[in-house]
Amino acid sequence: MTAPDPDGPHPGMPTYLGMPAFPAAARTAVADAQLRRNLAHATHTIRAKRAGAVAELADWEQLRQAAKAIKDHTLAHLDTYLLRLEQNVTKAGGQVHWAQDAAEANAIVAGLVRAAGADRVVKVKSMATQEIGLNEALAAQGIGAVETDLAELIVQLGHDLPSHILVPAIHRNRAEIREIFRRQMPDAPAGLTDDPAALAAAARAHLRQAFLSAKVAVSGANFAIAETGSLVVVESEGNGRMCVTLPPTLISVVGIEKILPAWRDLEVFLALLPRSSTAERMNPYTSVWTGVTPGDGPADFHLVLLDNGRTAALADQVGRQALRCIRCSACLNVCPVYERVGGHAYGSPYPGPIGAIISPQLRGVTSPADASLPYASTLCGACYDVCPVAINIPEALVHLRAKVVDAKRAKTLSPERAVFHLSGRVLRSPRLLAAVQRASSRGSRLVARSGRIRRLPPPLSAWTDTRDAPAPPPESFRAWWARTRGTTRGARR
Amino acid sequence: MTAPGAARDQILARIRAATGATAAPALQGADAAYAALPRHYLRAHHDPASCDIVDLFAERAADYRAVVERVPASGLAPAIVRVLAARAAAAAAPSAAADDPIAAQDSPIAAPDDPIAARDSPIAPPGGRFAVPDGLPAEWLTAVPADIAPARDDPPLSAAELDQAAGVVTGCAVAIAETGTIILDHSPGQGRRALTLVPDFHLVVVRADQVAADLPDALARLDPARPHTLISGPSATSDIELIRVEGVHGPRTLHVLLAGE
Repeated sequence: MTAPDPDGPHPGMPTYLGMPAFPAAARTAVADAQLRRNLAHATHTIRAKRAGAVAELADWEQLRQAAKAIKDHTLAHLDTYLLRLEQNVTKAGGQVHWAQDAAEANAIVAGLVRAAGADRVVKVKSMATQEIGLNEALAAQGIGAVETDLAELIVQLGHDLPSHILVPAIHRNRAEIREIFRRQMPDAPAGLTDDPAALAAAARAHLRQAFLSAKVAVSGANFAIAETGSLVVVESEGNGRMCVTLPPTLISVVGIEKILPAWRDLEVFLALLPRSSTAERMNPYTSVWTGVTPGDGPADFHLVLLDNGRTAALADQVGRQALRCIRCSACLNVCPVYERVGGHAYGSPYPGPIGAIISPQLRGVTSPADASLPYASTLCGACYDVCPVAINIPEALVHLRAKVVDAKRAKTLSPERAVFHLSGRVLRSPRLLAAVQRASSRGSRLVARSGRIRRLPPPLSAWTDTRDAPAPPPESFRAWWARTRGTTRGARR
Repeated sequence: MTAPGAARDQILARIRAATGATAAPALQGADAAYAALPRHYLRAHHDPASCDIVDLFAERAADYRAVVERVPASGLAPAIVRVLAARAAAAAAPSAAADDPIAAQDSPIAAPDDPIAARDSPIAPPGGRFAVPDGLPAEWLTAVPADIAPARDDPPLSAAELDQAAGVVTGCAVAIAETGTIILDHSPGQGRRALTLVPDFHLVVVRADQVAADLPDALARLDPARPHTLISGPSATSDIELIRVEGVHGPRTLHVLLAGE
């Protein structure tokens, strides 16, 4: 995989429809040695740095618990805070729109872009607009969207899909990025090297005119402050500043869970987010704006508040903790599964451990892809340890697995369910259990080699294809007890 | 699309069903619960009583490749002239970037190697004039010679003019020692947001009394109604292999003059 595939997936495809369920997608990804090298290199680099940045703050755990408490409190009073936000944004000269789903949000944005007389928008990297497939929806209306974040640009130019929340092109190494720029960027400098600084400079030159001439920008927001009506965009490159400052119209699409009650809450979240995501004490640039300011920045500001499945997640007592997420991506960087399969296998703009609990909640567990996501984890808990808002991802995964099983149970009888049904009957009857144990001890002698069963005939091969099974002991404990103590009833009595 | 207002009502109704809230939001209930939230974290990670937070700010800002110089208050105007003249000279002779006078000057805290000068930049520093906002203290610029006299942003310079500017000189609102962050609130003396964004070089003056120990103190000094930009070092990205490199869309050189004791 040294060059981008020109016949690759459609640029920025939102929900990755048609992607296979996680196990199939993961099998393909794991076989890609270049991908695994790129991912291992990037995730290991950031892991050690994050640990160092976090260790600098003696009160990290207290900050984390405060963040959790603030977010839980906000979710419990979400209607109150949304109304307060709406009131304060409006008072400051902004206009607030509400969208129940992707289609409504996309229609609102397209209408606003047309009203501004524009056929092109510049975009700040935003998970919410990825989630709703805004770029494709705008394209269908004849409106072009220019991604300005370096990694998003790499993804867009490479006709590729994002694979990481923070660094969507994490699956590409510098040589691949140079190749994408040389082929797809008409103004790429001759003799462009694969030095990251040279690549960044090429992106700067490429996008400058787009920033200076754009009429409309579309952004997301990291935080929206109910008390003041302020929006906050946390970034590194300055493309965010360009977008929220230069074009006369700014449209921000923000999930309803991004809200914080008060200005002072930034003292917690601005301490947690940069250290968790890029392992910096503070990210290079953070922009804060409240409505419109005459003579400074856009004269026309629109806030689109997006539900798109968030209220469904809110109704789930265990699953709602996923709404605390501040999209730092620390959980991706420490995950042993993510490190090996990368982001595409998760079939969603939200990959990794957090994606495995967000996507099935926003989209439901009905599709095979979404039903497989809660299983895309070893439940090792590394994600929970690093989460700056203390989302218990393993707990939510197990909870969602139960939901997947419930959804299956409501449908037809599966082989898996038949096996468990049968097991239930065997385990309920001591005589049946003893008979099965005797039979399996004898049977295992035929297939086991040095105490392990390496291959079983179908359908049991589904188990032994990927792992060995220990051979059952020659005698069960109950049989041994009966033989040596002479009774199957408790000998102590 | 549903009727305007219908989406809002539906979303609020679904939230209330999910959280078990009553139809009328209990504003005071939320505020009381908010006041009782646990906040056991530190108000500052370095105690101003036992640590020189101005030194800490200088060190932390330089960590992220800002060029930081401490100057006495009386030495501020000459320092501004020196930095601007050096930058203008570098712009006039971009091929001599390897011995950039800004990077080479004898400063105790300046970053050891200027990140911009240290490599072959594909974009030469523009040779235009420096831009300054209204409300900059007049004494800062009295010593600037005529050949590099800055252009005032009044009437506002166009985006194209800013793109051609040699750089920009501003003050700031607050700085944060713990993180090496400079906060602009874009009031007089700091300019509108575009002014400190489009030019490739930003010279910012931080007074020692503007340095707050940590985030809580800094945020409390600000007026949330104003627009704000928090700046920690020059523009950077970690998008290639998660390795930080400086210099993307914002100013690629951030030069800080830290004035006063």
